[in-house]
Amino acid sequence: MTDETVSVPPSEGRKPDLPPPMSVSGPWAWMRENLFSSPLNIALTILSLLLLYLIIPPLVAWATTLATWVFPTEVIVGDRSPRSSDCPDGACWLFVRARIGQFLFGFYPEPERWRVILSFVLGAIGIYGLLGGPARFRKYAAIFFFVVFPIVSFWLLRGGLGLMSVPTEQWGGFMLTLVIALVGIVLSLPFGILLALGRRSNLPVVHLLCVIFIEFVRGVPLITVIFMANIMLPLFLPPDMQVNVLLRVLVGTTAFVSAYMAEVIRGGLQAIPKGQFEGAMALGLGYWGVMRLVILPQALRISIPSIVNTFIGFFKDTTLVSMVGLYDFLNMVKTGFKDANWVGVEITGFAFCAAVYWVCCFSMSRYSMHLERKLHTGHKR
Amino acid sequence: MAEISAGRSRGRRTSIAWWRDERTRGIIWQIVVVAVLCLGVWFIIANMVDNLRRLGIPLGFDFLNAPAGFAISFSIIPTDLNSSIGRVILAGMINTLLASAICIALATILGVIVGICRLSKNYLISRLATAYVETLRNIPLLVQLLFWYVAILQLFPNVRQAINVFDLMFMSNRGVNIPRPIPEEDFGIVLVALAVGIALAIGIASWAHRRQMATGQQFPKGRVGLGLIVGLPLIASLALGNPVSWQVPELTGFNFQGGLVLQPELTALVLGMTAYTASFIAEIVRGGILAVSHGQTEAAYALGLKPGTTLRLVIIPQSLRIIVPPMTSQYLNIVKNTTLAGAIAYPDLFSIVGTSLNQTGRPVENIAIMMVFFLVISILISLFMNWYNRRIALVER
Repeated sequence: MTDETVSVPPSEGRKPDLPPPMSVSGPWAWMRENLFSSPLNIALTILSLLLLYLIIPPLVAWATTLATWVFPTEVIVGDRSPRSSDCPDGACWLFVRARIGQFLFGFYPEPERWRVILSFVLGAIGIYGLLGGPARFRKYAAIFFFVVFPIVSFWLLRGGLGLMSVPTEQWGGFMLTLVIALVGIVLSLPFGILLALGRRSNLPVVHLLCVIFIEFVRGVPLITVIFMANIMLPLFLPPDMQVNVLLRVLVGTTAFVSAYMAEVIRGGLQAIPKGQFEGAMALGLGYWGVMRLVILPQALRISIPSIVNTFIGFFKDTTLVSMVGLYDFLNMVKTGFKDANWVGVEITGFAFCAAVYWVCCFSMSRYSMHLERKLHTGHKR
Repeated sequence: MAEISAGRSRGRRTSIAWWRDERTRGIIWQIVVVAVLCLGVWFIIANMVDNLRRLGIPLGFDFLNAPAGFAISFSIIPTDLNSSIGRVILAGMINTLLASAICIALATILGVIVGICRLSKNYLISRLATAYVETLRNIPLLVQLLFWYVAILQLFPNVRQAINVFDLMFMSNRGVNIPRPIPEEDFGIVLVALAVGIALAIGIASWAHRRQMATGQQFPKGRVGLGLIVGLPLIASLALGNPVSWQVPELTGFNFQGGLVLQPELTALVLGMTAYTASFIAEIVRGGILAVSHGQTEAAYALGLKPGTTLRLVIIPQSLRIIVPPMTSQYLNIVKNTTLAGAIAYPDLFSIVGTSLNQTGRPVENIAIMMVFFLVISILISLFMNWYNRRIALVER
């Protein structure tokens, strides 16, 4: 570029040099540029500082310094059980500490809780193998996650065959939330793929049926689907074939997520260029061959971020099962409020609940963004 | 062409067995699907009829005329214990629509503001908006609704210590009390003045548009129109000596009398739903504005348009095309999510249908009414938004 040490001699008619600009880098320049560039901007900055000042210090104080973290000595010694009056001010984390076992496992018998932990560790391994692990193990991870894991974890959770039997009425808390969410995702993917293929099918009857199912389910709220499954399913089945509440709710939620999954996968299918179909057909593959070997691997890969987003939405929606009387995480926390020892801890309870859901959903959404960047490479030119 | 296809079909007739023919297989598959479906439906209906007979539950909608026998805490149309079940369910539908309408309006406003704030050059503002979006959209709506409900009931003072805003508005754990406008006789004239103002404003706008198209001369139609719409009713009401009186809520005994009450249930629903949905709308708005290429802005500046005009004439019309379809699904979500109001005791359609189901023991009809209601609303909103979308869609040559 130009050499700045060379100074041009003042010539006839040339105006004197302007003073050098004020600093264009450093914190002051950054603040001038980003916070105080115009009167409106100054006003907005002051307004948001005021907002932060009004919200953050009281909130932090409520959650930390004013809050009660440790049990009083009588409780530790074992003279009495803890109660809400042990928390004079701020958040009552004692409530969470006293009931964390129920929040996580519901009424699952305490000596058997290792089974729950083990089955979710297995699930986590399967998900890692599917999404993050090395590509050559992906096929085995898929078989493990969609076939082996459901059977093994059902055996672990429900018991029988040498393990103590734990009826589903005792399942609850965060564990039940995870069960509902995982059953939803494991079952809704195959159903969603079938529905999406059906919706794009050339066979008019299949197409119509899939459109009706998808649009019906997407047109009504989830809670009405759960409600309908809960109340109507017993009417639809013969009297000697009745199923318990959890299974009925799972039928409803799976039907619901499948419809949304179908739309996500249809989006992925539509993004595949026609040449891929024609090329695969030209190789002599039949419909299922084309789909299984050429189209679906590409379409599913494109739709993975949207699938994760659908799953996040569904994970939040699992709270709705509390409205038909299942004791999921939210309902377990709410049940804790009914204890006469814990009066007035609702705000703490809901704040804890919100924090747990937030951590799960936020980390999943970050992961989905990471996947999106990772998977984007081949398609953007 | 005809020869080729004829040759192909002749070839198929001679060389391919019929069970390998794609079309025949398609027909057979469809027959199989229909047969399985019919069997399934027959199984379900046979069981249902059988079960209903066994339980002694009749089918039919005549129960809607029977007295409900349960009261609901809030309704626009008057209901009481003796109202028919049909009327109470209708009240529930109106409650659902009312809550949806309020939430849609407020969530749109808040969402657009937050979305624009996220794009602000001001570091603090954009970070605050990001924090808002990332916090609220990752917490289940039901948790938020329950939180707001409990917060209003617990943190707001009781009626006697209600937060007093200029003796006009009172906030307590029984809800928010605001003044109720009571129109007097001459109020009709003010309404007429408002109508005339709107009509004049529309006329002037169209005249100004035609003149600008013909001569290029501009006319401050926005300011004049606003002046007419606000000014004419104002002059009329001043001339008539203020024909609207305000009934201010007053504390008598243990509760407020007079005025309008926003119940804690409805307030919590509106707060929670608005805050939650606004976080999604903000992302849609941000995405839509970002999707308009920067070249459009630069070209508009190069033509000499001012930033405000650029936003109004160049950026917003183009981003609306991207914003409208996902916005539709957010509006549908709001209508569907009002069903969660049952958890905080707001008498929406879902909770009333639940009560009615328990009272009458008629599951099939009650659930059918609710499903049909939501399907009709979904279809209406999608039809309207499709129409709007077509209207603003890009007209390509």
